[in-house]
Amino acid sequence: MSEAVAAAGDQPAARPARTRNRAEYGVCVFLALVGVVVLVDALQLSNNRTGVDPLGPKPVPVFVGSLLMVLAVALAVAVTRGSQGEAEAGEDIDLSQPVDIKTVLLLLGVFVANIVLIDFLGWVISGGLLFYGSAIVLGSRHFIRDLVISAALSLGTFYGFAIGLGVGLPAGILQGIL
Amino acid sequence: MESFQFLLNGSATAATPINLLLSLIGVIIGTAVGVLPGIGPAMTVALLLPITYNLEPTGAIIMLAGIFYGGMYGGSTTSILLNTPGESSSVVTAIEGNLMAKGGRAAQALATAAVGSWVAGTIGTLLLAFFAPIVTRFAISLGAPEYFAVMLLAFIAVTAVLGSSRLRGFISLALGLTVGLVGLDSVSGQARLTFGIPQLGDGIDIVVVAVGIFALGEALWVAAHLRRQVAEVIPVGRPWMGKSDFKRSWKPWLRGTALGFPFGAIPAGGAEIPTFLSYITEKRLTKHPEEFGKGAIEGVAGPEAANNASAAGTMVPMLSLGLPTNATAAVMLAALVSYGIQPGPLLLQREGDLVWGLIASLFIGNTLLLILNLPLAPMWAKLLRIPRPYLYAGILFFASMGAYAVNGSSFDLILLLVFGLIGFGMRRFGLPVLPLIVAVILGPRVELQGRRALQLSSGDVKGLFGSVDVATGQFQLSALAIVVYVIIVLILLWPLIFKVIRKVLPAKAAAVIEEISEEPALAVAEHHHVEVTQTDEGPSRTENTETPK
Repeated sequence: MSEAVAAAGDQPAARPARTRNRAEYGVCVFLALVGVVVLVDALQLSNNRTGVDPLGPKPVPVFVGSLLMVLAVALAVAVTRGSQGEAEAGEDIDLSQPVDIKTVLLLLGVFVANIVLIDFLGWVISGGLLFYGSAIVLGSRHFIRDLVISAALSLGTFYGFAIGLGVGLPAGILQGIL
Repeated sequence: MESFQFLLNGSATAATPINLLLSLIGVIIGTAVGVLPGIGPAMTVALLLPITYNLEPTGAIIMLAGIFYGGMYGGSTTSILLNTPGESSSVVTAIEGNLMAKGGRAAQALATAAVGSWVAGTIGTLLLAFFAPIVTRFAISLGAPEYFAVMLLAFIAVTAVLGSSRLRGFISLALGLTVGLVGLDSVSGQARLTFGIPQLGDGIDIVVVAVGIFALGEALWVAAHLRRQVAEVIPVGRPWMGKSDFKRSWKPWLRGTALGFPFGAIPAGGAEIPTFLSYITEKRLTKHPEEFGKGAIEGVAGPEAANNASAAGTMVPMLSLGLPTNATAAVMLAALVSYGIQPGPLLLQREGDLVWGLIASLFIGNTLLLILNLPLAPMWAKLLRIPRPYLYAGILFFASMGAYAVNGSSFDLILLLVFGLIGFGMRRFGLPVLPLIVAVILGPRVELQGRRALQLSSGDVKGLFGSVDVATGQFQLSALAIVVYVIIVLILLWPLIFKVIRKVLPAKAAAVIEEISEEPALAVAEHHHVEVTQTDEGPSRTENTETPK
């Protein structure tokens, strides 16, 4: 672990994997892209400076956009010198394994399904599916028990939050039944 | 003694049956959620925000205070009973705490953590009650140039002092500033970065950003690396401590409190540095040095008290200046904004009842926590065995619910997803999340103050360094603003300065600095395999980050 401590700064790390580096350059590209978007958006602002507002709305986004570009370059330089981001550790995290892309993509799929369905199906069904789907994607194999828990959670939160506490959750197609 | 009078009034607010009940519910839910592995105090507060949406603000903030303390307490329980700590603030507690638990002294470790939290929380809250009005008086006297400079300092401090890589800190900051730009410009009314999407006109709700970064990002990140065999939980009975444990604990509690509070109160103080310092101090002062590394109770008592005192300290800049200095404070500020309360120097004047009610409820919540948690600890320990698929599915579920409920719109779920992905990327590439969330909250306000300062000087840059005296019509430099700018420059140039010091200083002094810097790092690295982020620059940074008075 001492190598991770050594790598904590922007110092050369002991295990420069090529794919990791490529991903780091991806961060640079992302930053540069965001920078371009911010700058382009800033340029279309009309900068009517007034006595009330001598600076106008333009300079700050121009500054932020430029900052992003500068940081993108700085990171690229740092990465060529061996800088690596230190992946975050945690109680349930096993960093010795590579990123489990399949699980992440499936989870994202379940999440997107919820976005698409929530207004139509309502929170009880859509949220229940979200929990059910996520639990299975994350490795639960108790299909019946999971279903019961999902239903209990989504009904419980709907009655507790939407009806009990007045939090705005949609009833969807179950409107009138719940 | 005005604080005392206000505090009494605040107690009257906080002690109404309904507010007591809210505090109790907050403490219980906060602990239950905070105990869950992978959920730190910031995420606990973010996930539980929806509960408070329809309460009136005072009740809501009282409940949040309960959730906050509960979440903190839950976090330390987790780090003692599991062998890998989650959030950085309980890393140090976990070192000796987990060793004690393994050695069969889990009950004593939990007890000294619980009582230490209570002692530190109570003293810390007293100090908060004492300092909040003083700092507020100072804050109200700040003009736009000074306030601009102080907020800038908060930015730089959070970005450059905390975390392992300054570059990555600044990247996070810049991303946060970008998010803060989205929406109609508050002065000119022009749309910035809205891409013609009407929902973006009001800007991106900070709650959505916080839930996305803290909850969704974390859940996705864990899902990508889920430990297949669940970490071992150490069984525990009811926490208790004997006379000798008590004797060994009370001094570390007080010393930890003394270290924690000031660090919490300065921008970029955080809980990491004081908990480390407390650990080193106790290790030096203990009469049982042989137990360190095998589970010494002082090593739990001190850092845990420092952690809680620092949390109370964080409330000082949060309530009196509107400056968030750690992630939890950032989320709580976001909550205040969502109740329609404007944080800032005028908070204490405009919302005196709310602020004093909050401070009083911190006392109450803290005490409830102690009474509840000593007997409930075995139950909390059972929560650690929750099947991980349910835990992380639950985070996705509650995060979606909370984000949807902000505006009752599925558009916010799309934003949530975007920020979840950003949060995932940040964890993957070691970008610290705190600068981002602070920038989202403070960015727009920094811009506003900066523009206001320039407005007073009719656009002259010197408007950022002082203002025109109304009485004489003469331009006067603001000593405070300049001192703050000097501190900012010092922080930015610190790595250079440090190099020079190293060269100039006699070898012996340098060695001492080295030793102090490396000691806790090694201790943690040896025992726990967690990243150590705070210690590379040693204790000398203390002088640097002190706020000017």
